[in-house]
Amino acid sequence: MESTYVQEFEVIGGDFLRAGQVSTQIKAILKEIGINHSIVRRISICAYEAEMNVVMYAQRGKILFSMNPHKTNITVEDEGPGIEDIELAMREGYSTATSEMQEMGFGAGMGLPNIKKNADTFHISSVVGKGTKLQIGIMN
Amino acid sequence: MSQIVHTVSIDRELCKGSMACVQSCPAEAIRVRKGKAVILDELCVDCGECIQICPNNAIKPQTSSFIDFSQYKYTIAVPSPVLYSQFDRKFSPNSILKALRQIGFDDAADVTYCCESVSLVIREFLTTYHGPVPLISPFCPAVVRLIQNRYPDLRELLLPIESPMEICARDQKLKKSRELNIPQEEIGAIYITPCPAKINSILCPPRKEESLLNGGISISEIYNSLLSVLSSFDKNINYSEDRCISGIGVGWAVMGGEAKSLQAENTLAVAGLHNVIRILDDIEKGRLRDLEYVECLACPEGCVGGSLTVGNPYISRSKIIRLTEQFSELAAQDWDTTKDLYDKGHFLLSQEIPSIPPKLLDKDIGAAIQKMKMRDEIVKTLPGTDCGACGAPTCASFARDVVNGDADINMCVFKVYEKIKKISSQLTELLNGSAFMSTRNHSGKS
Repeated sequence: MESTYVQEFEVIGGDFLRAGQVSTQIKAILKEIGINHSIVRRISICAYEAEMNVVMYAQRGKILFSMNPHKTNITVEDEGPGIEDIELAMREGYSTATSEMQEMGFGAGMGLPNIKKNADTFHISSVVGKGTKLQIGIMN
Repeated sequence: MSQIVHTVSIDRELCKGSMACVQSCPAEAIRVRKGKAVILDELCVDCGECIQICPNNAIKPQTSSFIDFSQYKYTIAVPSPVLYSQFDRKFSPNSILKALRQIGFDDAADVTYCCESVSLVIREFLTTYHGPVPLISPFCPAVVRLIQNRYPDLRELLLPIESPMEICARDQKLKKSRELNIPQEEIGAIYITPCPAKINSILCPPRKEESLLNGGISISEIYNSLLSVLSSFDKNINYSEDRCISGIGVGWAVMGGEAKSLQAENTLAVAGLHNVIRILDDIEKGRLRDLEYVECLACPEGCVGGSLTVGNPYISRSKIIRLTEQFSELAAQDWDTTKDLYDKGHFLLSQEIPSIPPKLLDKDIGAAIQKMKMRDEIVKTLPGTDCGACGAPTCASFARDVVNGDADINMCVFKVYEKIKKISSQLTELLNGSAFMSTRNHSGKS
């Protein structure tokens, strides 16, 4: 029997009250399933950064979490402004966050670089005015 | 030591199966099964939150009694600084130490000096530390157990420094063995504890082979004897004049005292296990990297909120703060001596902390994924009210218990109600359809 676990989560842009809950849930699932804890930590860093990007910049987004014994995939698709220059966005320290966001401790320009650093496979595509799609893969 | 020992247990005679403990346990480690509460060993962190919540006084800490110490030639009480906040303000720390010497201990040693030494040592440690941050304070044993259990990847962040209570026991044993010319093994050091977690750290210390303390007695257990001795002291003697404690050190009894004593810019203090869990979750997600040090304490307001204390935690807190102010003038500890000891390794711990993983859904990841899916399916059919009538704290934890084979789906009253409704409608249908009943009805009506 194919053992793949799939769950989809909704993320609402600007909902700072519940920000981070999806990555907390993903982390709990991985821990219960018994994935190695250092891998859980890498996945939760990726999931958290991706979730926060939706909360901070997009109107709404979907996080598709799927895993099998060998690999965990997280696909985040949002409806939002999109990214004009992906290469620039991938640079450490580059951020379009407002000063309010930065005062709250977000938007240090480390989100996307952090995801890339922790993921085994990472793909980003974006259409300005429509949204951004991240595909993150981590070997278990 | 990695063996699981617990210092909280349930008296099955007294337990009436109340859900109070199940629903208040921050670790979701209690279930009511067959009408009695049961502690799940692999999840319990010995915080003791359940002890005060139980309406039937059925949850007891496992503390030592005086009789256990008869094997020692000489006994030293090592009271948590919380003890100083448990009595009226007119009773100074010195008079409380004196009272301890009258209720059966040969001596009583103050721990606040050691707290201050450890504060100085942490300051020094932080100036030369370049590893991952934030470092997490390792002095609340319930928090350490939680990390071993649920956040094994954060073990590397636990500060590798010995706790003040252990240092106090070590120093006192050395001093007394020289003074009295007896071997250290014949001296018993007994911790006067505000919580069961500290006793647990004496019975099975996570960070070393063996504790230097030989047991623990709760503050609540000796409170009355101490109070009667204190009340008998001559009121004309002003014990408050004595300079016997460290202001910085006594602050460790409340949330923020330890963090403040480090004089570092980026520290954080958190108290209450629910709040600690939120902070650890954030750290695990890679947040809070701008912090140097996080003080995490399981009890609300810090150790003054321990479940084996007597005083109201908020009143105790204000007393502790007054003591920190009263004894703030002089730095009690001489840094040169402390630094010398630190350089010699007197305060450092090098042993790796073992992880204590909770029971997995399955050893095989593929099978665990299947069970997770089953769990999700079961959750969908449950009412989601988290009523607790099944004996589990939430519908989700109940579903997990069912998948693990630790609970039966029919323990959910809503499921049973649904089934009874279905069966009774089937019965009505059967009765209405039976030829016998319809004739009777017919004849009855006509």
